[in-house]
Amino acid sequence: MKIGIVRFPGSNCETDCLEAWRVMGCEADMLWHRETSVRGYDLVVLPGGFSYGDYLRTGAIARFSPIMPDVIRHAREGGLVWGICNGFQILTECGLLPGALLRNAGLSFICAPQCLRVENNATVFTRAYAPGQIARMPINHGEGNYYIDAAGLEELESEGRVVFRYVSADGAADAAGNPNGSVQNIAGIISREGNVLGMMPHPERAVEQLIGGEDGRGMFRSLLG
Amino acid sequence: MSEAHVQVTLKKSILDPQGSAVEKALRQMGYPVDAVRVGKFMEIRIADGLSRTEQREALEEICRKVLSNPVIEEYTFSLEDQP
Repeated sequence: MKIGIVRFPGSNCETDCLEAWRVMGCEADMLWHRETSVRGYDLVVLPGGFSYGDYLRTGAIARFSPIMPDVIRHAREGGLVWGICNGFQILTECGLLPGALLRNAGLSFICAPQCLRVENNATVFTRAYAPGQIARMPINHGEGNYYIDAAGLEELESEGRVVFRYVSADGAADAAGNPNGSVQNIAGIISREGNVLGMMPHPERAVEQLIGGEDGRGMFRSLLG
Repeated sequence: MSEAHVQVTLKKSILDPQGSAVEKALRQMGYPVDAVRVGKFMEIRIADGLSRTEQREALEEICRKVLSNPVIEEYTFSLEDQP
């Protein structure tokens, strides 16, 4: 598995990703956003952060970075793309994933551990988890309020493309378990072809007990097969 | 020289928590306010040498592709000649 992590100006989780892959036994490469090719990579990671200072809208300027046309080409040809937090925002802005991320309903920036429920473990990103497994990992965002219109939501739900939902500690996807107002507690979704995944939570910050837990490891294990 | 004034707002169907917070604050201050929506306003100077139609076409594309996200936002713009 050859992994490239794209660093945009304002990314700030790219070294966390690099370190998480290293912990999981895999050396990833850092790709500067001005590069124009991701050829040779199996997986492209768009990390968290505040690309271009979140100016205009989160991810709105990063999606026009020189590397993005080839990331889109890679995705269209079936290559794996994993957007975490700001990376998820970039994926919705460029149209690789549907919907949009709005300001958190409570307006606060939230940095806290959050329980997720694995809604679909039949993906290349989540196959190491049990169905319905509760995984705890940090969220760290001001604009993670996932929005999609009714027709789009119906499509996502009926196709099993909601991969993670925010839940309370008891596993209920209720209002109490929803940190940011996301429609149907959606925390992560996947493309119809199953090769592009976007999520607001940070599994790369949950791979060692020392930093609060290892529940994120499942995603790395899934991808490494 | 022409200048465009672009307004980008959240679609009416999208909740605007920022607008609601401002609305509540204004009401608490005693102002007669029913609703507030917060949006963006941009001034764009257009490069010289384009016809009005070309300016409009360029602006439409800029607004649609970059300045707004059609999933959640809508836009309007006006164009004026500047001295």
